[in-house]
Amino acid sequence: MAPDTGAEVVLRLDGITKRFGPLVANDGISFELRKGEVIALLGENGAGKTTLMNILFGHYTAEGGTVEVFGRALPPGHPRAALDAGVGMVHQHFTLADNMTVLENILLGTRPLLSPRLGAGAARAKVAKLSRDFGLAVDPDARVGNLSVGERQRVEILKALYRDARILILDEPTAVLTPQESAALFGTLRKAVAQGLSVIFISHKLGEVMEISSRVLVLRHGKLAGEVATAKTDRHRLAEMMVGAEIAAPRLSDRAPGPALLTLSNVDTPRRGSVPGLSGVNLTLRAGQITGLAGVSGNGQAALAALIGGLERPVHGGMELHGEVPGDWSPRAALAAGIARIPEDRHKTGTVSDFSLTENAILESYDEAPYSRKGWMDWRAAEGFARKIIETYDVRCPGPSARIRLLSGGNMQKLILGRVLEAGPKIILANQPVRGLDIGAVTFVQNRLIAARDEGAAVLLISEDLDEVMALSDVIHVIYEGRLSPAFPRGTMTPAGLGQWMAGHGFGGGAHAA
Amino acid sequence: MEILDILLTASFWAAAVRIASPLIFATLGELICERAGVLNLGIEGIMVIGAFAGWMTVYLGGGLWTGVLVAMLAGMLFGLLHATLTVPFGLSQHVVGLGVTLLATVTASFAYRLSLPEVTSPPKIEPFQPFAIPGLSQVPLIGPAFFAQTPLTYLAFALIALVSIVLYRTPLGLALRAAGENPASVEAQGLSVTAIRMGAVIVGSGLMAIGGAFLTMSAFSSFFFEMVNGRGWICIALVVFGAWKPGKAALGALLFAAFDALQVRLQQTPMGAVVPYQVFLMVPYILSILALVLMSRRAEVPAALMIPFNKGER
Repeated sequence: MAPDTGAEVVLRLDGITKRFGPLVANDGISFELRKGEVIALLGENGAGKTTLMNILFGHYTAEGGTVEVFGRALPPGHPRAALDAGVGMVHQHFTLADNMTVLENILLGTRPLLSPRLGAGAARAKVAKLSRDFGLAVDPDARVGNLSVGERQRVEILKALYRDARILILDEPTAVLTPQESAALFGTLRKAVAQGLSVIFISHKLGEVMEISSRVLVLRHGKLAGEVATAKTDRHRLAEMMVGAEIAAPRLSDRAPGPALLTLSNVDTPRRGSVPGLSGVNLTLRAGQITGLAGVSGNGQAALAALIGGLERPVHGGMELHGEVPGDWSPRAALAAGIARIPEDRHKTGTVSDFSLTENAILESYDEAPYSRKGWMDWRAAEGFARKIIETYDVRCPGPSARIRLLSGGNMQKLILGRVLEAGPKIILANQPVRGLDIGAVTFVQNRLIAARDEGAAVLLISEDLDEVMALSDVIHVIYEGRLSPAFPRGTMTPAGLGQWMAGHGFGGGAHAA
Repeated sequence: MEILDILLTASFWAAAVRIASPLIFATLGELICERAGVLNLGIEGIMVIGAFAGWMTVYLGGGLWTGVLVAMLAGMLFGLLHATLTVPFGLSQHVVGLGVTLLATVTASFAYRLSLPEVTSPPKIEPFQPFAIPGLSQVPLIGPAFFAQTPLTYLAFALIALVSIVLYRTPLGLALRAAGENPASVEAQGLSVTAIRMGAVIVGSGLMAIGGAFLTMSAFSSFFFEMVNGRGWICIALVVFGAWKPGKAALGALLFAAFDALQVRLQQTPMGAVVPYQVFLMVPYILSILALVLMSRRAEVPAALMIPFNKGER
């Protein structure tokens, strides 16, 4: 149980249970929140964190259990009641109307609908004061659609504070922020706590949890798996509680590189809008090797991924696949050449949200046996394949006929991984394969990529996370403004050294000669 | 230079304002629906039922304003049907809208035949008479064009301002616009998306019906089956033309009406003897399409338009 600090209990959840079809998202969860504390709700994707908070806020109705705020039971299913009781929620997906100003968004719902006036004048003063007190700088007259993600989050927090929230719930608030914005957010939260607010901080990033929380609740598979004071634990132990087992960091065995499977020599691709193209890129992907691509986002990673995935053709320079120059270059040709793609955006390009898991599993092979014969689909074979992926890759889902949008990001990525790896690819293009995933899923995906490498696949790992690139790669390139650094073998560069390249040092004035 | 001559006559502008009036009612009605996130394709049929209900009320002895009220209530009833099916039940707004149009149209025909079985040519009523506003109507050109109209036209123009104020200056308008942009934002503030959207569709449908009633009670004096004649569809385009803003949409209605008034007058010029009259009939539509293409390129569609909102769905 929570250490009794003597502070007033502001929120009490008792035995919350929620099902989505056969999936038990929350299973008898109980905990207390005290005045002036930050508790972190830690858990993997799909562990039930967001569901629990949506019940607390009244978006979902629980099948069982009660919520008490300041000693009073909240009627289930009424966000209004939660708001009036002083609960403010900053959703993972912002609940802002893009076509309205910051002030209008803050004012929404704060006055009776039929009152004749908006009360914008008084609101403006209050918002200005809150902005100052909590360090939430934002222009009240800016259109929300024009704001950056960090600014939108500040608007969301202001919305809650404007309604005099005493309990602030933040659902994965840092997932979309830059490190600087995260630091500013933590500053705001500390100010809030100092003023007597209580915070529930949902996250799967251990570093943040250690930094901001005073107590950690760990959710696993919909159950409360543990509760510890932050001061009495460490990242390693939290990670173990989260996944329920000890986590081994991914490890690369030494392995002699195989033959070159894909070679780019002096390749240029066109610029697409704000996305830079490649210029003079030389790259060799070898069998049994993971090639890491480090670089600050937006420096041509997308262009390289598009080229290798078949979406883009070189305007200049040569490309060789398995020792031959490919005739026609298209996504289909790339697939036929054994190039497997884990796309950067799994929601938009990796899956079709409203298709079932089965349909998504065969997206790239639907026109081949055994899934289609003589122009007819064999759904039984397709479903069998989906079941196999679900089992082998531990995709947690209601079943193969469920729409994939119901899955958490990690489970969605596992399905994509299964689709890609089960085809026995020769070259794997992994673009940000673990972005937004929790530790369990990260380890799972990384180990699968290493296993594929050990079986002789050439892997191109594109990531903005330098630690990840350094841990997983046999050789590392840095990409900067569409140009590629020379290949640095594993262990020859320090993070600081790579950081220099990422900032553009080392690249000559013209195209780099590798 | 016949066109210039026509543009300088007060009767031309008076006609344009008159033709624009029903379009303004219905366009504002559609705009309210769409701003809340619901496309209301029932508009064409709701205008028919409004035209019929208003006229019938007066024919049966009711007052003109009673007729307007009855028309509005009839429209709201069909709006309620549309809203029930599209908002809480989340059915396809296209299918429901077309269904409501068909149902409302045949309901009007059916009621007409039922109440006037023997009649061959529809009876006339005494419609709204022009009311010249003292002083203002004396202003050259503008006076006779804008200030010697029927009360319903004045109401239409007053509604432009009213709808703008409600949309942009009241908590209700804020919630309505948010419901059409990101319903989750409304829900997160403890308001009911369902209630707001249903209310918008019902009120919007009421306005559409008044637009229909204008035809039988102000522009003409009796009811014909084909009298709405696609005006509802024009209003859907006008909402897009106006970028979902009441003022701009009303301006679009006036522009379309001016083209319509112009083509009628062009038919009577020497040009009309040479060019087939069908070409003139096409003019307002062709110009409207062109204007639509030019104006709507940067228009911001309400982001949640036509997307049903289901509470508690992931």
